[in-house]
Amino acid sequence: MTRREIIDWAAEVADDLDFTEARRFLEKAPGRKAAGYLPVYAPREILRASGMLPIGIHGGGDRLEIIRGDAFYQSYICHLPRSVVELAESRRLDFLSAMLFPATCDVIRNLSGVWQLLYPQTYVRYLDLPQVPDRDLAAGFWREELEALARDLGEISGRPATEASLREAVDAGNQARALVRELYRVRRETPWNVPTEELYLLLRAGELTPLEEFVERMRDYLTACQAETGRMRDRARVLVVGAFCEQPPLGLIQTIERAGCFIVDDDFLLGNRMIGAEVELEGDPLGNLARAFVRHAVKTSTLYEGDPAGKRRAIRERVAAARADGVIFASASFCDPALLDRPMLRAGAEEAGVPCIAFQFAENTGQFQQFREQAGTFADSIKLWGGAL
Amino acid sequence: MSEAEKDRSMLLQKEMLAAHYERLEAAPETREPVVYTFVPGNLTELIRAFGALPVLPEINALQSAMRGKSQAYIAAAEKAGHSEDVCSYVKCDIGMSTAGNVGPTGTRLPKPDLLLLSYTGCYTFMKWFELLREQYGCPTVFLQVPYQADGSQTPVQRSYVARQIRETLIPTLEKATGRRYDEERLRENLARSAAAEEDLVAVLQSAKKMPSPIDAYFGAVYYVGPIFSAFRGTAEGVAYYRALREEVEERVARGEGPATPAGRLDRQKWRLVVEGPPNWTHFRDFWRMFAEEEAVVVASTYSKVGGTYDFGFRHDPSDPLGTLADYCSGCYTNRNLPSRVEMLERYVEEYRADGFLIHSVKSCNSFSAGQLTILREVERRTGVPGAFIESDLVDARYFSAANLKNRLESYFQMLEARRAGSGT
Ligand code: SF4
Ligand code: SF4
Repeated sequence: MTRREIIDWAAEVADDLDFTEARRFLEKAPGRKAAGYLPVYAPREILRASGMLPIGIHGGGDRLEIIRGDAFYQSYICHLPRSVVELAESRRLDFLSAMLFPATCDVIRNLSGVWQLLYPQTYVRYLDLPQVPDRDLAAGFWREELEALARDLGEISGRPATEASLREAVDAGNQARALVRELYRVRRETPWNVPTEELYLLLRAGELTPLEEFVERMRDYLTACQAETGRMRDRARVLVVGAFCEQPPLGLIQTIERAGCFIVDDDFLLGNRMIGAEVELEGDPLGNLARAFVRHAVKTSTLYEGDPAGKRRAIRERVAAARADGVIFASASFCDPALLDRPMLRAGAEEAGVPCIAFQFAENTGQFQQFREQAGTFADSIKLWGGAL
Repeated sequence: MSEAEKDRSMLLQKEMLAAHYERLEAAPETREPVVYTFVPGNLTELIRAFGALPVLPEINALQSAMRGKSQAYIAAAEKAGHSEDVCSYVKCDIGMSTAGNVGPTGTRLPKPDLLLLSYTGCYTFMKWFELLREQYGCPTVFLQVPYQADGSQTPVQRSYVARQIRETLIPTLEKATGRRYDEERLRENLARSAAAEEDLVAVLQSAKKMPSPIDAYFGAVYYVGPIFSAFRGTAEGVAYYRALREEVEERVARGEGPATPAGRLDRQKWRLVVEGPPNWTHFRDFWRMFAEEEAVVVASTYSKVGGTYDFGFRHDPSDPLGTLADYCSGCYTNRNLPSRVEMLERYVEEYRADGFLIHSVKSCNSFSAGQLTILREVERRTGVPGAFIESDLVDARYFSAANLKNRLESYFQMLEARRAGSGT
C-alpha cells in the first residue's frame, strides 16, 4: 500500500461510526466476539488472549448528531459520555459483548453504572487502575484485577486465556507499542514528514481493527516515510497536552499544524503509549503486565503523582525530550483531570521559561477560527521572540 | 433561623465546632499534630488514635459558603489560573489557604503535618491534595479505596485497603505525629463510633414517622456534621448523638415536625426523597423554598457521603483495619449507580415518599454524572414522579433562586394534580 492508500484506509476506518471493519471481522468466522473499552488505558492484551477483538470507544467526534445522548447528561458534563451513549442508543455498539471502563475520571466511572442500568445484556467492567506508590502492593492488586477480568472474558468468549495466549498477546502488544513509539520518534525528528493528522488517523484506525492489520499498516507507513522524507520546514515545535480522553476533532489538529506549528508530542489516544516500555515475556504474563503498568505507566493526569515535584518536572522533561518550543494546553471542556492538572503543569513549564497557551474544545467543535488565531499568534511569537507573548 | 428557633443539638454542635477550631488554632503552640483529610473515607478514629486533629477541607469550604465568603476565595483561585469548570470546593479551599487560611469561624487554621489523601469515591480528591501540597510542602499519604463497581466490596479490595492502612498509612502517621500506633486506642475510638452511629441511624430513621420529626436533607446536614468530620470516635461525638436522639424522640412524642427557616414544620404536605448535595451559598433560602410548600425531606443520599450506616454497617472494634476498609468502601459516592438507584428506591418505598428530587450540582461529577439515568430508573421502579433541579455547591454564580423556585412550584403543582386525580 502506498502512503496515501494507508491514510485513506485509516481515515475511512476512523470515520466509520458503524464500525463496519470490526463487524466484518466478526462475521468472517462464527463465534468471534468483540469488547469495547473507553479511554484512557485498558489492558487490550487480556482481550486478545481471551479471543476477543478490542475496540476503542472514543465517542462520536464531530460526525455524530446527538439526538438521544443529551437527555442523559447535563450541560456541564463533558461531551464524551453523551456521544458514547448516543452510539449505544443508536445500536451502533450492539456488536460488543463487553465494555470496559477504566478509572479515568468520575464521568467514565459513572458511565459504567449507566451501562449496567441501560444495557444489562452487556458485560460491564470498571477497571480500578492501581494508584498507590507502593509498587508491590499496586502490582499485586492489579494482577488480581487482571486475573478476574481474564476469567470473566473467557466465559463470554468461550476461549479462556491461557498462559500461552497471554504471552502471545503481550508479545503482540509489545510489537504494536514499539511501532507507535517509532512513529512518534520519526515525527519528533522530522515533523514535516509525519503530519499529526496522519499519525492520529493511523492510531485511531488501529483501535478499530485487528492488531495484525494495524501492525502491517504501521510498518508500511514507516517504510513509506523513510522513502519520502519531505521538505524540511521551520515551524514552532509544540507539545499538545490534555487531550488524553475526549478527542479533539481532526480539524483542530489540522488547524494547529496549519497555523504554523509542528506537534512534536501529544496526549491523543494515550492508551497506545500508556506503558512506556517493553513488557517482559518470561514468567507470569499477568504479573508482567501488572508490573509493567505500575513501573512504566506514563505520567498523566489520571494517575496519582507521588512526588510533590513530579508534575512540574514531568512537563519540563516532556518539553525537553520533544525539543518543544512551547506547550499548548488543549483540554476537553469540563474535563476535570485535564483542567485540575493544568495549573501545576503550566507552572512547571513557565518556571522553565517555556511559553504556554491554553484552550478548551469539545469533540464536536466545528469552528476553528479562534484556535487558528491563537495557535498562529503563538507560533509567530515563538519564532520571533522565543515565545514571550 | 434565630437562636430561639434552633434545636438544642444545633447549639451544642456550634460549641463543639468552635472548641475544635480553637484547638486547631492553638495547635502550633500545643504541638498537637494536624492531619487534613476528606469527608468520604475519613479515618478519624485512626487519626485520633495518634492524638492528631483532623481538618476536613470540604467542611471548611461549605462553612465558608454559608458565611458568604466562598465567592471571593473562588475568584482568587480562578485569577491564579484555576478553571471555572472544576469543583468549586477545591477553588474555595485554595482561595482560603492563600488568603491566610482563616477558617470559617474566624480562627486561623494550622498548616497540616500530613495530608491524608483518602481516595474514596471522588477523582477530584487526588488533584485537590496534589494542588494543596504545593502550598504546604508537607508529606502526603495516599490511600486507594477501590470503587464498588459491582455493588459490593470484594475480598481483594478489602485486603488491598487494609494492607495499605497497615503498611503505609500507620507508619506514615507514626512519622508525622512522632507517636506510636496504639491499637487499643483505635479500638476504643471505634467502639465510640459505633455507639454514635447507632443513635444517628435512629435519628435518620425517625423520618419514617408521620409527621417526620426531622428534615433528612437540610436538617440532616447538621445531624451528620459531627460524625462526618472531626468527632467520630470521640466522647463529644457520643454525647452529641445521644442528646440529638433524645431531642428527636421528644419531638416524636409530641408529634412535632422539625424547625426550619420558615418555622416549625408540623403540617407536612409532601414527603420527599432527595439525591445530591445541597447548595451552601443560599442554604437557608433553598430550604425555605421547600418548607414554604410544606415539604419535608424524609431521606437523602447526601447524608450518606461520609458513611452509610442505615443498612447495618457499624464500625467494629474487633477488626480495626478491616472495619475501616468496610467503612471507606461503603461511602455513598463509592457505590455504583445501580446501588445508588436501589438505595433511592428503598428510601422512596420505606419512607413512603410522595416525590423524588435530584439536586444536581455543577461542581461534582462524582455525584452528577449519570443522575439523569438515576432519575428515570427510580421513577420507573417506584412510579413516584421525580424532578431535576440544578445549581452548585459553593459558587453562587450558579444558584438562580427564581429558576429553582419556579421549578419547585411546578413540581409541587404536578404532585398536587396527581394527588387530586388519585383521590388520596
Ligand atoms: S473528557 Fe475528561 S471529564 Fe470527560 S470523560 Fe474524559 S477524562 Fe472524564
Ligand atoms: S467533586 Fe464532588 S465529591 Fe469531589 S470534592 Fe468536589 S464536591 Fe466533593
